[in-house]
Amino acid sequence: MKLSHLNPGETGTIVAFTDLEMSVKLMEMGCLPGELVEVERFAPLGDPIAIRVAGYQLCLRKSEASVIIIQ
Amino acid sequence: MARHIKIALVGNPNTGKSTLFNLLTGLNQKIGNFPGITVDKKVGYCSLADGREAEIIDLPGTYSLYPKSKDESIVFQVLADKENNSHPDLIVLVADATNLRRNLLLCSQVADLSIPMLLVLNMTDMAKKESIHIDVNKLANRLGIQVIEMSARKNEGLDILKNALSNTGLISTQLPGIDVSIFAAEAIFEVATKLNTPNNYYALQVLHQHEYLGFLSEKQQQEIEEIQQLHGFESSKIQAAETIARYRHLSTVLTDVVKVTGAERKFKMTDRLDSILTNRFWGFFIFLLILFFVFNAIFSWSAYPMGLIESGFTWITGYGHEHLPQGVLSDLLLDGVVAGLGGIVIFIPQIAILFALISILEDTGYMARVTFMMDKIMRKFGLSGKSVVPMIGGIACAVPSIMSARNIENWKDRMITIMVTPLVSCSARLPVYSLMITLVVPNKMYFGFISLQTLTFMAMYTITIVAAMLVAFVMKFILKAKERSYFIMELPVYRMPRWSNVFLTMYEKSKTFVLEAGKVIIAISIVLWVLATYGPPKRFEGINAKYQSLVKKYKNTKLTLQDSLVFDNLQRDMAAEKLENSYAGILGRSIEPAIKPLGYDWKIGIALITSFAAREAFVGTMATIYSVDYVGKDGGELRLRDKIRDAINPETGLPVFTFATALSLMLFYAFAMQCMSTVAVVYRETKSWKWPAIQFGYMTALAYVASLIAYQFLK
Repeated sequence: MKLSHLNPGETGTIVAFTDLEMSVKLMEMGCLPGELVEVERFAPLGDPIAIRVAGYQLCLRKSEASVIIIQ
Repeated sequence: MARHIKIALVGNPNTGKSTLFNLLTGLNQKIGNFPGITVDKKVGYCSLADGREAEIIDLPGTYSLYPKSKDESIVFQVLADKENNSHPDLIVLVADATNLRRNLLLCSQVADLSIPMLLVLNMTDMAKKESIHIDVNKLANRLGIQVIEMSARKNEGLDILKNALSNTGLISTQLPGIDVSIFAAEAIFEVATKLNTPNNYYALQVLHQHEYLGFLSEKQQQEIEEIQQLHGFESSKIQAAETIARYRHLSTVLTDVVKVTGAERKFKMTDRLDSILTNRFWGFFIFLLILFFVFNAIFSWSAYPMGLIESGFTWITGYGHEHLPQGVLSDLLLDGVVAGLGGIVIFIPQIAILFALISILEDTGYMARVTFMMDKIMRKFGLSGKSVVPMIGGIACAVPSIMSARNIENWKDRMITIMVTPLVSCSARLPVYSLMITLVVPNKMYFGFISLQTLTFMAMYTITIVAAMLVAFVMKFILKAKERSYFIMELPVYRMPRWSNVFLTMYEKSKTFVLEAGKVIIAISIVLWVLATYGPPKRFEGINAKYQSLVKKYKNTKLTLQDSLVFDNLQRDMAAEKLENSYAGILGRSIEPAIKPLGYDWKIGIALITSFAAREAFVGTMATIYSVDYVGKDGGELRLRDKIRDAINPETGLPVFTFATALSLMLFYAFAMQCMSTVAVVYRETKSWKWPAIQFGYMTALAYVASLIAYQFLK
């Protein structure tokens, strides 16, 4: 499943990335395989989304969330 | 002689790096340039415990040494180039104690460059509150560097840090992190040999980033390129592998060092605030309300101090004219320099308030939410959510805002942001709007608190923002994207603003405005005064001769009331005729045909010409021109506003400043690119004259057309 499919309040564990270039940036920001993520909220217009990962809040666009495969 | 030592602050964004910088240096800081890199650097000075003077350099916040934006690329450029005179002797790595693992990723990269360093764990008070316990001694042992606990916000641990800074030897002690040679052994070996460095990680970084490193010669660049191709160097893949290896290494380092990592923690307060401030229904409404509050504050809070400054300068001019010996020098001083100076000083209250409010919005974390909310809309116009910050900053000044666009990662997003930011009404347009609105818009109140003048101000700002969005939309189709755009950003927790930071920003920005803009404006004022006072000698002789014969009969006789009126009129006519025939007048006259359809006369023409250097020059120019020309009715000094209100068009006998003229003038100033500093900064940021030239062209055209339409419809 992709992170972009979750609704606010739902959680998942990062398994893999489908995009190498994006994965470097995401991992530097603490989104590592094995890490638990929770979707906290959507922006008022539905995109981007705010997630909680590694003890802080991160926001990213839905298109970027779709490269994160979760369980 | 105490030796000078250079210390660089390195760390993730939102770690309190700037707070620490302010704490160490206080008011003793300045903005300089990195040699060879066209980016501003923040430098400050502080004395260490042993009497040495330390130069503190605040490097841009970054999550890794691999830059994602122009801003972040500075960090490695400075750390890599030993010849750069900003190259630090010692690195202070600032880490957020509440999110240690992510912060230590950068720390472990920096450590592998073998520059002497120490680690500051900031926000330890927050960590304690979250019951995150860090075994500092164990951490220090495992990393091989000093670790200092601090809370920069609460001013805790500063003495310990200062002591540590003076006791740290300038030899790197850090223990080896990860072995990078496994990622690209041959390529690293060859680059290390070429650059004559024993450091494998340095060689690997150069392999990744060589294109951005200005200190490498063309020959070196080519050689590195060849090495890359020979060994099939895959940058992204190796970066990913390195990041994973570093995190694995850090898990070992952090075993038994941190018990509770805080990864599970929730931020109740932030969560509650976010559910209101970024709410689907209330989010934008609150944002607009805050913007309205900012505008209202700029105008209403500043009214009293501005009035004081204005009457202060009027008094100085009056006093000077009475008590200084009459002559060219006194006139130059009072009507040139003092009038020009008054034109700048009066805006300090507004600029200070504006910068204070913007820094509060950034400091509390609200600005990041605005970015988050606006991204989708901004993307439709070819911008990014991150363009909101430069565009809101543009309300203050386009120059720092264009520089702040550096943290927009995508080239196309960044270029469009740079191209449209100068359209947003900056504080230099304020004086023009201020003067015109007080002249032609009645000071009426609705519901007792919304003033008509404030609404007009807001309308002017709205027009420019709409124009900026439309231009961005057009450019979206013209510019070709070089890489994909992304928007991955930390949302910091909400915090109370740090008042000392707010105060420092306010002070620094106001100082820069007065000094930078002031230099230009005073120079223009003096040149202008000379141009407005002198003209071709033949013409002036003619005028003098003409009026001398007319005035002669009033000399040395007792004047009746009738006579003195005629005498005053003659004096005024002479001053007006002289101005018209002065060099400035001739200049203004020569462009009059072009600006007449916009409703301007040659006097406004002079102001337009001087404003192309800086818009701030408008009010100063008007002040100078109308002071030279004006002979007070009752001999007393009048305020500039009244002088301009009294201005009469000699051809029609009607006031020059009608509603149509004022609006047309405001629109011209809203859209035209009248700021040399912006042109210069756009050149610097884009490294080409093409962009500033396009910008200058489209903005001037837009200004002319908008003013033309407005005047022709309303006159």
